Amino acid sequence: MERYDFDVCVVGAGVVGAATARELSRYDLRLCVLEKEEDVCSGTSKANSGIAHAGFDPETDSWMARLNVRGAELIRELCGPLDFAYRQNGALVLCFDEEEIPALRALYERGLRNGVSDLRLITGEEARRLEPALSEQVCAALYAPTSGIVCPFGMTLAFAENAADNGAVFRFLTEVTGIARDGEGYCLQTNRGPVRARFVVNAAGLYSDTIHNLVSAHKISVTPRRGEYMIFDQEVGGLVSATIFQMPGKQGKGVLVTPTVHGNLMIGPNAESIDDKEDTETTRAGTDEIARRARLSVPDLPLNRVITGFSGLRAHGTTGDFILGEVEDAPGFFDAAAIESPGLTSAPAIGEYLAGLIAERAGARKKEDFLAVRKGIPEVAKLPPEERAALIARRPDYGRIVCRCESVSEGEIVDAIERTLGARSMDGVKRRVRQGMGRCQAGFCTPRTMELLAEHLHIPLEKVTKNRPGSELIKE
Amino acid sequence: MKQHDIVIIGGGPAGLAAAVAAWDAGVRDVLILERDDSLGGILNQCIHNGFGLHTFKEELTGPEYADRFVRQVEERGIPYKLRTIVADVSPERDVLYVNSEEGAVSVRAGAVILAMGCRERPRGALGLPGFRPAGVYTAGTAQRLMNIEGCRVGKEVVILGSGDIGLIMARRMTLEGATVKLVAELMPYSGGLKRNIVQCLDDYGIPLRLSHTVTRIHGKERVEAVTIAAVDEARRPIPGTEETYTCDTLLLSCGLLPENELSKKAGVRLSRVTGGPEVDDSLETSVAGVFACGNVLHVHDLVDFVSEEAARAGRQAAAYVGGTSARQGRTVTIRAENGVRYTVPQRLNMTDEPEPVTLRFRVGDVYRDRSLVVRAGERELRRVKKRILTPGEMGELTLPAAVLAGLEAGAEIRVGLED
Repeated sequence: MERYDFDVCVVGAGVVGAATARELSRYDLRLCVLEKEEDVCSGTSKANSGIAHAGFDPETDSWMARLNVRGAELIRELCGPLDFAYRQNGALVLCFDEEEIPALRALYERGLRNGVSDLRLITGEEARRLEPALSEQVCAALYAPTSGIVCPFGMTLAFAENAADNGAVFRFLTEVTGIARDGEGYCLQTNRGPVRARFVVNAAGLYSDTIHNLVSAHKISVTPRRGEYMIFDQEVGGLVSATIFQMPGKQGKGVLVTPTVHGNLMIGPNAESIDDKEDTETTRAGTDEIARRARLSVPDLPLNRVITGFSGLRAHGTTGDFILGEVEDAPGFFDAAAIESPGLTSAPAIGEYLAGLIAERAGARKKEDFLAVRKGIPEVAKLPPEERAALIARRPDYGRIVCRCESVSEGEIVDAIERTLGARSMDGVKRRVRQGMGRCQAGFCTPRTMELLAEHLHIPLEKVTKNRPGSELIKE
Repeated sequence: MKQHDIVIIGGGPAGLAAAVAAWDAGVRDVLILERDDSLGGILNQCIHNGFGLHTFKEELTGPEYADRFVRQVEERGIPYKLRTIVADVSPERDVLYVNSEEGAVSVRAGAVILAMGCRERPRGALGLPGFRPAGVYTAGTAQRLMNIEGCRVGKEVVILGSGDIGLIMARRMTLEGATVKLVAELMPYSGGLKRNIVQCLDDYGIPLRLSHTVTRIHGKERVEAVTIAAVDEARRPIPGTEETYTCDTLLLSCGLLPENELSKKAGVRLSRVTGGPEVDDSLETSVAGVFACGNVLHVHDLVDFVSEEAARAGRQAAAYVGGTSARQGRTVTIRAENGVRYTVPQRLNMTDEPEPVTLRFRVGDVYRDRSLVVRAGERELRRVKKRILTPGEMGELTLPAAVLAGLEAGAEIRVGLED
């Protein structure tokens, strides 16, 4: 009997784990992804800026620089065949102080060294011509036309679903509690029993230090660094068209103002080092800080049009770079640890790199029947009326709107639950089809969505959760 | 393209009363488009009584009140479509609706009556700090879950905001066995009706803490507690006044917002104060043939006034499609000032034989022993003494025909408070 349950076990179903699993699924390897939450994309991957960075920011020759530039290329390549939302909207890095122009130039030159194309230094006036909402205080800017915006949920789901379609097994609510050497491979202890695999990928995000430290004597440390954000109504989503960064300066890395790929406006994040890896609280001080700092870029921010706020935790490492590759004293164990910004952009490149290493070590061959294409859930309301009508004729539930703000139909919600790696919670539905993400923030569509979850998961209504167990919406 | 004389968007109390009135005014081609499973709108989840005192001179529950109008619609055979959402309205009054049976259908309307109602201000728009666990609901969502779906949303409850739905839910949840620990209100006065404070809080010993807000929501998965603090005049929390209440549920009743996304698509000009369309005394918006009534126009306290307003919109829409509209293009604008936040309507049509007009208005603070004064230039047109005016209670003022007859087109009249 085969000693190992799987050839490769990926720990963590965030964007890095999903991207790695997807790349691995090109090969004739038996794959498994373990995730402690109820769904993919439940940690750092779900709460970040959603930027596909151009790649001028990281130090040249770092993992971050290389994988950022490659990752951005891959995102552009994959958004079509994997059907996730991405738009190349360009970015500006604003400089407010003549004295900082040399530093802006240094950023430009670093971008050139990193291989970022089409970078330009422009004057404050040119910047305001591109973005009329910008402050009069802007004296110069770095323009990066290749910067883009991406749906972090959409991209993670696309990778994960495509990996699953290609045979990867996902196990949710499965937390790794111990790892022991097992022959040439490893045995992972989980709350749901042991999993044996020849190779392990540590893509555990905020907990990538814990997972790493289970197998290696060379300890690493990941600290949560919290960033708060605010999202504005789509009606003001066009206030800026590019992503607006600020020069990293005395005040830290700066706060961005950006359209989202779904047409909202977003500001954030600040950066606060905290202790608790579960502490996704927002604070009044944080909200005030990002509003104040975003106003330096765009003075007339319509703060009365904010529809929601959230905070995300960056998996901040101590080395200043991603921790990547096979762990020296743990052969067959591969780290993708301390993945912070530009981690979302780099994720597909991290996956490509690690999958290549592992496939080589495993002597794996590429599958001939690899499915390179994945189709998302149709956005019915965005179709022209005739196409919409045709679709509704085939599937009447596409004609019944549940979420009026985002025009999400019952059919789309059913798809979100029923498809590969379907949603198991309200947040899971929300991340797949945007139900409840609009201006009423699920006020009207909560009851019907709960009913649909209960019906299609075959559970009673009181078992429907917002996200992980313990977040039941009804209190019995 | 199919055509209808009048298309009514929304089958809640406003849409129903408008439909009945339009029919009774002689229009036979009226169509009501309703997104929910049944007619009646939010009234269906308002199972408490207190509806209809003005309209029917008796106390009805919300569903009973709705049923009176649904029956009138049924008796007249006015067609309606359920589970049908309007996706677009053009300034030319082309209405695109979507449902399972017909797909996506465009119809051209002789007149459109906007009756989409309002939504609740969500947590995100309030900027409440803390975690985002399950158990934070707007009061109306909790009301629907309890009264329509039959779910128990929580056992220990704190309510932020003293809007009427929050007050009603304080009582409702208490009756269902929950403990409502307190109602905190950011403003120094309640946003709800006095009668609801008495009947829903005082009668059950639920404290109302004015000038207080939520400064922190505790609990990663489910609400575990909320921290409440007093606020200063600028509505900022005062450090040191924080008190933490354990609870599993936080209800929000912090204001209703007219839902005018479709109105904007139709090019209708909206009031920055009400959030609803600017209308004249025939309830016609800035777009010809597009009328508005009910909570989409401005948020009401009592459904009785919604019905009355909507009936007027229905009659006027009928007059518009029948070519008998009194509108002659001569208008007088109304400006709210000195403590009066807005009036509806915001302008009047001048006709040769004016009829009395009822203005509805809200004030921005609590005022005692003031006079509500209407002026044209320095000339005083009307003065009414008011013992008390509060933001939570909509006011009304009638302008008699004789006053209107004396006005010149293009004039501005002002409505404000004076000592």
